[in-house]
Amino acid sequence: MVETFNNLLLGFSVALQPQILMYAFIGCLIGTLVGMLPGVGPLAGISMLLPATFGLNPIVAMVLLAGVYYGAMYGGSTTSILIRLPGEAASVMTCIDGYAMTQQGRAGPALAIAAIGSFIAGTLGVVGLMLLAPTLATFALRFGPPEYTALLLMGLLVLAYMTGGSIPKTLAMAGLGLMLGMIGIDAMSGYTRFSFGVLELSDGIGIVPVAVGLFGISEILMTASQQTLKLPKNPSLRELMPSRSELKQSIGPIARGSTVGFFIGIIPGSAHIISSFIAYGIERRVSKTPERFGHGAIEGVAGPESANNAAATGAFIPMMALGIPTSPVTAVMIAAVMVHGISPGPMLISQQPELFWGFVASMYVGNVVLLILNLPMVGLFVSLLRIPYAYLYPCILAFCILGCYSVGNSVVDVWIMLAMGGIGYALRKFGFDLAPVALGLVLAPMLELSLRQSLAMSAGSYGIFFERPIAVTMLGLGVLMLVISLKPLIFKSKKKDWRATVGLDEPS
Amino acid sequence: MSEQQTPSRGWQLRSDQVSGLMLVALALYVWWMNRAYPLGTVAEPGPGYVPLLLAIFMGAMGLLVALSGGKSMPLAAMEWTEAKRAIVLLIACGVAAFALERLGYRITMAALLVFFLGVMERRKPVMVATVGIGFAFVTYYLFATLLRVPLPVSSWGV
Repeated sequence: MVETFNNLLLGFSVALQPQILMYAFIGCLIGTLVGMLPGVGPLAGISMLLPATFGLNPIVAMVLLAGVYYGAMYGGSTTSILIRLPGEAASVMTCIDGYAMTQQGRAGPALAIAAIGSFIAGTLGVVGLMLLAPTLATFALRFGPPEYTALLLMGLLVLAYMTGGSIPKTLAMAGLGLMLGMIGIDAMSGYTRFSFGVLELSDGIGIVPVAVGLFGISEILMTASQQTLKLPKNPSLRELMPSRSELKQSIGPIARGSTVGFFIGIIPGSAHIISSFIAYGIERRVSKTPERFGHGAIEGVAGPESANNAAATGAFIPMMALGIPTSPVTAVMIAAVMVHGISPGPMLISQQPELFWGFVASMYVGNVVLLILNLPMVGLFVSLLRIPYAYLYPCILAFCILGCYSVGNSVVDVWIMLAMGGIGYALRKFGFDLAPVALGLVLAPMLELSLRQSLAMSAGSYGIFFERPIAVTMLGLGVLMLVISLKPLIFKSKKKDWRATVGLDEPS
Repeated sequence: MSEQQTPSRGWQLRSDQVSGLMLVALALYVWWMNRAYPLGTVAEPGPGYVPLLLAIFMGAMGLLVALSGGKSMPLAAMEWTEAKRAIVLLIACGVAAFALERLGYRITMAALLVFFLGVMERRKPVMVATVGIGFAFVTYYLFATLLRVPLPVSSWGV
C-alpha cells in the first residue's frame, strides 16, 4: 500500500506538470466535442488525432488520447439525451430514458446526472485500476476461447432479459448484427465473405457507419414530417441541477454501474458497450417501479453512463499491464505508444513507472477536468435544443456524412451509413429494437473466432462449454436470464404485463 | 409493434407477419450466398460454419415473429406519413455521397445544405447561404486544416 502511495505521488508529480495539465484539458475538451458530434465517436476522434501525437512525448500523447476517450464517453451521452443520437455505441442505452427526460423538459437533470455519474465512476475506476490491476488482470488471463464464447453469448442473452418488447424480435436483431459482422475477411481461413466484390467490404463493416445509420439517420427519417421539435423552455441554473430525490434515486445506479462497468471493462471485448446494456438491465430489474423505464427514469441514465465510464477506465488494465487491446480504441492507443518505442505489457510498470503512474494520476486529473468542463456547460448543451429543427437536422445529416467519411476516408462508409439509415427506419416502423444490431455487429468477429477455436480445442465437442467452470457459470447465467424473460410467456398470468400497461409490446 | 386490434374484415396481413417473413427471406438469402464458403467440420469449422448457424437462427426467429404476429397491427393500418420526405432526404444524401469525391467536400456540403434549407425548408436565402457555405467551410477548416483529416477536394482545388 505504501509503495502504491509512493508510486501515485510519483504519478502526480508527472501529471500536475503544466504541460500535462494543458493536454489533459485539451483532450477532454476535444473528446467531449467529438462525443457530441454524431458519427464521430471516440475511435474516430482518436484515430484522427493519432498523427498529431507523433511529435509529442509518450506520456503527453497518452494523456491527450485518454482524455479524448473518456471525454467522448461523456460527450456521447449529451447527444443521446438531447436529440436521441448516440455519439458512440456505448451511449445507446442512455438514449432511452435520457431522451424521454428531455421530452419531459428534464434535459438539465439528465445531463447533470450523466456528468456526475461519469465523474464518480471514472474516479472509482481509476482507484480500481490502481489497486486491483495485477489481481484482476491475472483473472482475465484465465479466459480461453470457451470462456470468451460463453461471455459473448451471455451478453447476447442479457438482451433478451432486458428487452422491453418481443424476445424473438430482439434476438432476430442480434442475429442480424452478427450476420453483418460476418462480412469481410475470415480471420482463420482468409476467405473474403459476403463482400459482393466491393474491396472496402473485405475489411468488414465498421460500427461507426452502422450505428450512425441505425440510430442517427433513422431518427431523422422518422421525424421527417416534423416541422419543429418540442423545445424545453430555457432552463435556469437551478432547473439544470437534479433535485434531491433525483440525486437519491441515482446513488444506487451510479454505485452499481461503476462496479459492474469496471469489472466488465477488464474483460476484453467491447466492454463499455456491453456494460451499459447490462447496467440498464440491472437497474430495470432491481427497480420497484420498472414501468418508469423507457419513460424518463433517471436511473436509466445514471446506471449506463456510470457503467460505460467505469468500463472505459477498466479497459486500460489489460492494455497497460498485459499489452492486450480490449477494444479498437485501446488498440489505437497502443499503436500511439509503440510509435515512441514503448511496448505496453507486464514490464511497463517496472521499467517505465513514471509513464504508468503518470497516466494513472492524469486520469484523476482528467476526471476533475471533465466535471469542471461539463457541469457549467450543461446549460450550453441544453441551449443547443433551441436551434430550430429545420436548421438542426440538415447540419446533423452533414455531420453524419462527414463523421463516417472521416473514419476510413472512404465513401463506401457513407453508403453503408445511408443503407443502415433506410433499414433502421423500416425496422423501427415495424417495431424492432435496433440496439441489438449494433451489439451483434461488435461481438460477431470475437464470437466467431472464439467459438471456432473452442470447437477446434475440443475436437468438435460442444461439451467443452460445460466442462469449464467459468464458461458454464456464464452460460448458466445467460440461460437463466433468458428463462426469466420467457416466464411471462410460459405461465400466462391474468395480471396484465407491465409492458402493456405502459404501451410497450408484451413479449411474443 | 403495439398489439392494436382493428375491426376484422376477413383475413388481414399483419405487420409482424410481413417483417417475420422478410427475416426468413433474408436468412434464406444468406444461406444461399453461404454455399460458396466451405463449412468444414465441427472439429474444424470453416468460414461458412458460423454464417450457416446464424442463418438458421435468424430464420427460426423470423418464423417465430411471423407465427406470433397474428395480433400485431394490420399492414394496411400502418401510417407512412413521413415516408415520402424520408425518401427525399435519403436520396439527397445519396447524391451527396456520389458527389463527395467528385466535387469535393466543400461544394458538396454547401449544395446539400442549400438543398435542405432552401428547397425543402424554404428558409430565407441569406440564412440558407450563410448556414450552407459557413458550415461547409468552417467544418473543412476544423477537420481538414486543423485535424488534418484528408477530406476530398475537387479538381478545381475547392
